[in-house]
Amino acid sequence: MSDFLLATAGAILFAVAVGLVRVLGGPGDADRIMAAQLIGTGGIASLLLIAAATGAQGVDDVALGLAILAAFASAAFVNSAAPAGEPASNSGDDR
Amino acid sequence: MSLILDLFSVAAIGAGVFFFLAGTVGLLRFPDPLSRLHALTKADNLGLGLVVLGLLPRAESLLAALMLVAVWALVQLAGATASQLIGRAVRRKGPAA
Amino acid sequence: MSVLLALDVGLALLVFAVAAWTVFAPGAFAATVGYVVYGLLLSLVWIRLFAVDVALTEAAIGSGVTGVLLIGAAARLRRAGTTTAEETPSGSTRLFAACLCLLVSAALAGVVLLLPDQGPTLAPQAMERLPETGLGNPVTAVLIAYRSFDTVLEKVVLVLAVVGVWSLAADRYWGGAPGEARAERPEPTLAFFAQVLAPVGILVGVHVFWVGADEPGGAFQGGAILAAMWMILMMARLTEAPQSNAFWLRLALIAGPVVFLAAGVAGVAVAGGFFAYPSGLAKPIILFIETFMTFTIAVTLAMLVAGPPRREPRQ
Repeated sequence: MSDFLLATAGAILFAVAVGLVRVLGGPGDADRIMAAQLIGTGGIASLLLIAAATGAQGVDDVALGLAILAAFASAAFVNSAAPAGEPASNSGDDR
Repeated sequence: MSLILDLFSVAAIGAGVFFFLAGTVGLLRFPDPLSRLHALTKADNLGLGLVVLGLLPRAESLLAALMLVAVWALVQLAGATASQLIGRAVRRKGPAA
Repeated sequence: MSVLLALDVGLALLVFAVAAWTVFAPGAFAATVGYVVYGLLLSLVWIRLFAVDVALTEAAIGSGVTGVLLIGAAARLRRAGTTTAEETPSGSTRLFAACLCLLVSAALAGVVLLLPDQGPTLAPQAMERLPETGLGNPVTAVLIAYRSFDTVLEKVVLVLAVVGVWSLAADRYWGGAPGEARAERPEPTLAFFAQVLAPVGILVGVHVFWVGADEPGGAFQGGAILAAMWMILMMARLTEAPQSNAFWLRLALIAGPVVFLAAGVAGVAVAGGFFAYPSGLAKPIILFIETFMTFTIAVTLAMLVAGPPRREPRQ
């Protein structure tokens, strides 16, 4: 069973690696910031699987910390993309 | 009983891995950033949810199982927020953001 | 080749590949994202090396604090205009830097690979005396009990870092507040995210700090998560950064190291040695010190990311 868990962790890391190849080089910043999102979700999944397979203690807290901070890179990206003077809310331009 | 739980774990985790791979295929093949974003956030979050579901029977205690569910819920929140934020950035600046 | 070994090799190769891409990335922003990805992969590596405390720190700092700091800096650089030809290093400088880095890496790798199987270590003695400190986590014991003076100095370095960041402000902004003002209509997505995440994050941050006495965790990791919660509230413009001449802020910045140092000096009178703890009272004292340290670390990291003051001080 633990071999299966490790193999699935490896498969997810492989999927993340292939995805990284695509988005890290992708045109535009939005593609690149998706890389942070990709590694966040995939990393948490691999982490949980590896922890279940190897029985490491205290890994729950690492996964919790990663989950809490998962969207921070995207938030920082969007926050710094808008110049200081621009209106903060874009809810007006929805159709 | 534990055999059934093991089979359930294997099935759920296997499905989760399938969704991760499907998300990556979407990342590779979709033509523009918004659809790639969709593939990434929806498929990967579903994949993580299935992985968590598969790991629930193996949790050592109720508290550990609740922690797993909490991790998944937080990743859902983060994924929803990130996809909204990135999508808005793409729409504001055009595809070559 | 077992599955675990294959996984480890694959992870190592992925870390190498991401690091190499970060070095050759086109532009500062791309390199920053590569660095954030690299940090998250590193916390997986730390888990595999059974250093869970370090993995928690890497996750909290790498994605929360450093990631936000670098991405903000890269975006600000881009807005300020591209770097001129004199500012980008020449080819020979880069080659020299690359050779130096390779040399250091090779030396480190050689040392690790040539270590004897049972290398010299103090771990058994550290574990042996652990019950006297009342702690269950040897990492926390090393930080706050065996090696406390070093930790105090590290916290002082953090204060110096904040002073350094604040000194980057223009003269007329000295004492003012960093960051933008509170918005009347904060952006709805970020505002919702911050309002839902902050209570949960604060709870998790306090939990990680408190549980660090007996399990992986501690003041630094808890403080980093708390700092991240304050940062997301500031990013969502639900609250604004305090003025850098605010008395409570300056008190918060020094509270940790001051309390720690006071405990160390008090140890001379009460327990017979600098930074000695009276037996039986070690754990409560350690938790007391760590409380202030967590608070200071949270405030310090958030202020470091907020940056130098950009508005004039209100009187």
